[in-house]
Amino acid sequence: MKINGGKSTSATPRLPKSPTGIQGLDEITDGGLPRGRPTLVCGGAGCGKTLLAAEFLVRGAVQFGEPGVFMAFEETEKELKANVASLGFDLTGLVRRKKIVVDYVHIERSEFQESGEYDLEGLFVRLNHAIDSIGAKRVVLDTLEVLFASLPNEAILRSELRRLFRWLKEKGVTAVLTAERGREALTRHGLEEYVSDCVILLDHRVNDQIATRHLRVVKYRGALHGTNEFPFLIGAAGISVLPITSLALNHKVSTARIATGISRLDAMLGGRGFFRGSSILLTGTPGTGKTIISSNFAQAAARRGERVLFFSFEESPDQIIRNMHSIGLRLEPLVKRGLLRFHSARPSLYGLEMHLATMFKEIATFQPHVVIIDPITSLMDSGTDSEGKGMVTRLIDFLKAGQITSLFTSLTQGGHALQQSEAAMSSLMDSWLLLQDFEGNGERNRVLYVLKARGMAHSNQIREFLISDRGIDLVDAYIGASGVLTGSARAAQGALEKAAVLTSQQEAARRKRELERKREAIERQINGLRSDYESETMELRRIDEQVGTSTLMLTTERTASGILRQADAKVPASPRGKARNGNGTR
Amino acid sequence: MKIKPGKPRAAHAPRQLAQLWQLRLYVVDQSPQSRTAFANLKQFCESHLKGRYRITVIDLVKQPQLAKGDQILAIPTVVRKLPKPVRTLIGNLSDTARVLVGLDLRAAD
Repeated sequence: MKINGGKSTSATPRLPKSPTGIQGLDEITDGGLPRGRPTLVCGGAGCGKTLLAAEFLVRGAVQFGEPGVFMAFEETEKELKANVASLGFDLTGLVRRKKIVVDYVHIERSEFQESGEYDLEGLFVRLNHAIDSIGAKRVVLDTLEVLFASLPNEAILRSELRRLFRWLKEKGVTAVLTAERGREALTRHGLEEYVSDCVILLDHRVNDQIATRHLRVVKYRGALHGTNEFPFLIGAAGISVLPITSLALNHKVSTARIATGISRLDAMLGGRGFFRGSSILLTGTPGTGKTIISSNFAQAAARRGERVLFFSFEESPDQIIRNMHSIGLRLEPLVKRGLLRFHSARPSLYGLEMHLATMFKEIATFQPHVVIIDPITSLMDSGTDSEGKGMVTRLIDFLKAGQITSLFTSLTQGGHALQQSEAAMSSLMDSWLLLQDFEGNGERNRVLYVLKARGMAHSNQIREFLISDRGIDLVDAYIGASGVLTGSARAAQGALEKAAVLTSQQEAARRKRELERKREAIERQINGLRSDYESETMELRRIDEQVGTSTLMLTTERTASGILRQADAKVPASPRGKARNGNGTR
Repeated sequence: MKIKPGKPRAAHAPRQLAQLWQLRLYVVDQSPQSRTAFANLKQFCESHLKGRYRITVIDLVKQPQLAKGDQILAIPTVVRKLPKPVRTLIGNLSDTARVLVGLDLRAAD
């Protein structure tokens, strides 16, 4: 099978590269430094040139099986070993195992005289000997510029350097040369004219008294590379370059929800809290209870058995524990059980990048489910705006990649105006809770609302946020004709409403009673009328009867008188019928 | 207590004169500079240090590990190991005045 052979011919010719193993640098350079060619690393004093070179060499020997030669012109072997040991590199062991050769070249102008012509063959011999003794693939020359100060004849030196770089290429070693940054040129002595393949510029800048290191690939012949300036830092595990652009938006998401520890807040968020792995921003003016909500969130998560990492940039762990105890949150048992870990540091302790690296390291070792950063704003203040945003972006991406739920608190200055940094941060956040103060009636009350919550139904209502010694509670703020009322105003309004209800109830009862009375009176009237009516009816009947009797009597009398007068007319049997007939006949 | 001003110096100077000069010449095999340097050095020693010198020629191509000890970069290089202090001179030794100063040969006269 000759697949490999076929592949290499068909594929576009790619510059062979030597991976540095330095976190982030290989991403920027798309694979490492040009293999078999010299690379120039330049920068000012103390920006990490030697360390970058040393790490390239050590990682080459340890990770990529490429032995290396370190030719040091500035530091002795002992100093160098001590320096890299502070980054966790065991140079002594590597030297013993013949993976690395350190050759300290000492050359002091005052210690020799010059007479006639010479060349630097001695350097070549030494380097060649060192390379061959261990079969080195990598070479570091740190820093050749010392020669300019030591050797009086610059013409010889320059021609010898040119020969050296040609020789290094012929030798096929991947070389890293360090050089001091010049005032106008890249390097003080123009070393860049000999090294044309790859130039990396390091920089150590101070902004607002806080120093941040930057790395930039100025030139990389024949290869694509990131051209931006990338912040990098020297941590306990060496250099790490933090490329922002290398992170893509492709993290997995979870549909699981986690409770906030405040049931009313959960209810506001569709009843089930935040999404796991989402980023939550909690903004508020000073004293609105950001830390309290964060602590509640931490406690709720830890009680579910999740690990919580709490980065505090304002308070010490003990202070948070004590303060939360006053509102009935007991955090110390959770700390003891190893579920909750605090990490407190002053934002000004070191630069943004160092903070970020420390946080990454803490997160990597503790493996938390929830990370709280309180507050993110004071951390962002230690860098410029774009640095701060870049940092938050990287942090969120890092957390999201690990499906870690993150809660960031943010301190706002004004009562209402959102700061620019927040607006910028907002786009990175999935949920945004806003805490605010309402001032009035000689008191200050806290309210909370959900500004946004991506991917879930959420309440648009404002809630009053109460802190008592039993914890947090959210109550409905009074919203009525007179606006939003909170605190004692809300209570007063409640009482007022209660009184009004009572009054109206009493009024109704009174009216009811009155009506009842009226009705009864009417009924009585009706009864009176009815009895009148009855008596009238009786009267009427009596009259009728009277009339009948008198008629009968009249007829009877008439008949009787007729009989008496011996009338010829026959008298009927019934007096009445007789009478009627009698009338009819009349 | 007797003070002996200048006595150590007086004692030192004649000893230095009597001392054997040990010189090391670092060269690279076929280089013309190396050959020039050796010829020049030999001539100086003959005229200033006759019978009191020893030149060791070290070919770095054959013994590269020796370059580290005397911190050799430039070729050719002469190192005066004795008398102390150690002195180093680089170049093909064509500049006579410099050689005299560099090796401190006038002290030998």
